[in-house]
Amino acid sequence: MARQKLPPTQTLTMKIDDVDVTAKPGQTIKDVARDHDIIIPGLCYLDGLSIWGGCRLCLVEVEGMNKLLASCSTEVAEGMVVHTDSPKLRAYRKVVIEMLFAERNHVCSVCVSNGGCELQDMAVELGVDHVHLPYMDPDVNLDSSNDRFRLDHNRCIMCTRCVRVCGEIEGAFTKGIGGRGIDVRIINDLNMPWGESQTCTSCGKCVHVCPTGALVEKGTAAAEMDKRRAFLPYLTIMREAQR
Amino acid sequence: MTPEELIQIAEERRGQQAAVGKRINVCAAASCMSRHSDKIAEEMSSHAESLGDKAEGVEVRCVGCMGLCSAGPLVEVDHPADEAAGNDAPKTMYRGVSMDDADRIVEAAAGGTTVEQLVQPTDIPYFSRQKRIVTENSGYIDPESIEDYIAADGYSGLVTALTEMSPNDVLHEVTISGLRGRGGGGFPTGLKWSTVAKTDADKKYVVCNADEGDPGAFMDRAVLESDPHRIIEGMTIAGYAVGASKAYIYVRAEYPLAIARLKKAIRQAQKYELLGTNLCDTPFNFEIELRLGAGAFVCGEETALIASIEGRRGVPRPRPPFPASYGLYGKPTLINNVETLATIPWIVRNGGDALASIGTAKSKGTKVFALAGKIVNNGLIEVPMGISLREIVYDIGDGIPDGGTFKAVQTGGPSGGCVPGNLLDMPVDYESLQEAGTIMGSGGMIIMDEASNMVDVARFFMEFCKDESCGKCTPCRVGTAQMLDLLEKLCAKSATEKDLELLKELCDVVKACSLCGLGQTAPNPVLSTLRYFEDEYMGSLVGGVSGDGRPVPDVETKAGAPDRIER
Ligand SMILES: Cc1cc2nc3c(=O)[nH]c(=O)nc-3n(C[C@H](O)[C@H](O)[C@H](O)COP(=O)(O)O)c2cc1C
Ligand code: SF4
Ligand code: SF4
Ligand code: FES
Repeated sequence: MARQKLPPTQTLTMKIDDVDVTAKPGQTIKDVARDHDIIIPGLCYLDGLSIWGGCRLCLVEVEGMNKLLASCSTEVAEGMVVHTDSPKLRAYRKVVIEMLFAERNHVCSVCVSNGGCELQDMAVELGVDHVHLPYMDPDVNLDSSNDRFRLDHNRCIMCTRCVRVCGEIEGAFTKGIGGRGIDVRIINDLNMPWGESQTCTSCGKCVHVCPTGALVEKGTAAAEMDKRRAFLPYLTIMREAQR
Repeated sequence: MTPEELIQIAEERRGQQAAVGKRINVCAAASCMSRHSDKIAEEMSSHAESLGDKAEGVEVRCVGCMGLCSAGPLVEVDHPADEAAGNDAPKTMYRGVSMDDADRIVEAAAGGTTVEQLVQPTDIPYFSRQKRIVTENSGYIDPESIEDYIAADGYSGLVTALTEMSPNDVLHEVTISGLRGRGGGGFPTGLKWSTVAKTDADKKYVVCNADEGDPGAFMDRAVLESDPHRIIEGMTIAGYAVGASKAYIYVRAEYPLAIARLKKAIRQAQKYELLGTNLCDTPFNFEIELRLGAGAFVCGEETALIASIEGRRGVPRPRPPFPASYGLYGKPTLINNVETLATIPWIVRNGGDALASIGTAKSKGTKVFALAGKIVNNGLIEVPMGISLREIVYDIGDGIPDGGTFKAVQTGGPSGGCVPGNLLDMPVDYESLQEAGTIMGSGGMIIMDEASNMVDVARFFMEFCKDESCGKCTPCRVGTAQMLDLLEKLCAKSATEKDLELLKELCDVVKACSLCGLGQTAPNPVLSTLRYFEDEYMGSLVGGVSGDGRPVPDVETKAGAPDRIER
């Protein structure tokens, strides 16, 4: 007699920060935590875009694993025990934020995104009151060649949200990544001035997903740049529904 | 190809070889070739021809790496006919052979004499202490001849596996062999194969990682250049065991000779129906394609390598999911290192037990190392696991040149660390090396003498990691650059105690938080030199002296530090 197949698992149970929670298979740790009002820090993850896993702010401890795992990219499993907050995690996250500040030139007081910047918010939230790493003061430039937008590499944290939204949502594939290591930069087409790009549709999606003042609308003065990200989950839900 | 046909080819070839009276084997792997060994072989051939009857029965052929690269170009004269007849037939190895020696060697071989000044003794520990499995054919067969490989029992493992074993039988042998990945991680190969085999999918892939990027490492290159069919056989057996029908070899473009030989080997194997459809009249199909890497170290990391094969930017992605369940084009993918796959034909031919009988409790078989730095015998060696570092350095390597004293040996390249003199008697196996704060790595071994400045050694590897960081994740991108700045400050003796504290803190953060192995292991060279040579760090601080008052070697001389290897 043929063996009967077991029914597929519909839900699983796990523990996040000592709370017993339920989850659907295929969900990520970050997702499940949010369902239960536990917000894990993060800068590269954005609802509606593919997972990148680069900023490393969302690292969590999973019991039985000898390495920290990025909660935005790790799927939950039955019986998983996760800790999203510990003195050690907090210390690591603080240093990572400091690294971002030290890497390029973030001068909040004159930045159009002052007050509306996710990097700034995250620093406040994690209690980064000073940067104890040496500032690297790199000589990076600024691309104002587009009629409507500006790309200021000084403020870029290489979260690649702009690259992903441009390819995955707008389908233009204008934004890309050039160079590597500390010299990595966001580029337009084959590393040309944005204004000369043949593929850019000037939709502005990259500007609004950018967490910092790296991508902004022209004509904004300090602290004037408001980003509207709500369009993204809406757009993805509508597209899913259409399919 | 049937088992009978394979035996026939082997016997035919052995017969041809046994008819050769005197054979001059010239190393035609990259190191000797860079000193024109191919031209020397040509000259030898044409000289033998011009001698006519006087050089009757002399054959000149190109073979793979003989190991002792620093003494190259190497040439070995042997007497296959006498050997086949069971007569005493001593071989003669010549070292440092130049164009001017070519004719002399041919004449000596023809006349049954030797060119004494050039003789390289082979009764030295360098040769006798090795145990050759992966390199068993290196230097003995013509890498461009599939018949030579078959005559050396090549492809018999594959044919046996296909005709007499089930995929599970193969998995079983690999599992009991205790083989662990030679690409650096040391993950049990049998377990990896079983995972891929057990994952249901309409398509699976096998990938051979031949991106060898550690500075100073050339083990994989030697295997690819000296015995390319071995990789093809290993991959095909792997494909049969895990249920894959398509494979890629990802080889760095800086290895043109390896690429040319692989291409040729694939064509030859296709011709003999050892690659293709319905191999050995079974339903099993297998094809292999080459993919060239463009010289990014990080593309050796498995997920970056997969992205690169798919035509995307070669950057790692978070794991899990591991390639074994979600790999190339989203399909279960077996990815193994060159040396790992090169061990497979031997395991199938001799049984998993045979490999498991070599080595230590948890590290089985042999490991190929590339000896470099301050050591007399520079070159490639294959030794049983568990051999002591002292035996490698002083017996096989013949110690430190110019009367120098040993200071440390660096293993594992930019992911590894240094082992100081007082630990020289420790066995070389995965666990012991890890306990000592380094790793087995892929097999680079750099020996350093008293003149080396250990802070500068750490700086060298950090510079490499900073240059090779892909820039995807914050800790590695920023952390390696910051750590390099601090190490440079130390080397310039302008660092303070606070800088040293910061360096230690960054080591911890980068190790714990980076996305892939590059960042996670980048601090290792610093951590291990800090562990054993902290006094040199203290001595490098502003106005600092080392603990015992001994001056810290100056950095300016760069003495003993590994050469700057450009990628
Ligand atoms: C930065 C980095 C570079 C690597 N380079 C190589 C390499 O050049 N060759 C290799 O075989 N494995 C390399 N690896 C290890 C691979 O990711 C992978 O573990 C290995 O190919 C698996 O094969 P194995 O199980 O046979 O060792 C590298 C890993 C990292 C993190
Ligand atoms: S420009 Fe903005 S969105 Fe793009 S990578 Fe930089 S910070 Fe992220
Ligand atoms: S650890 Fe380094 S190489 Fe690896 S993903 Fe991060 S930046 Fe790239
Ligand atoms: S949010 Fe997970 S790594 Fe950035």
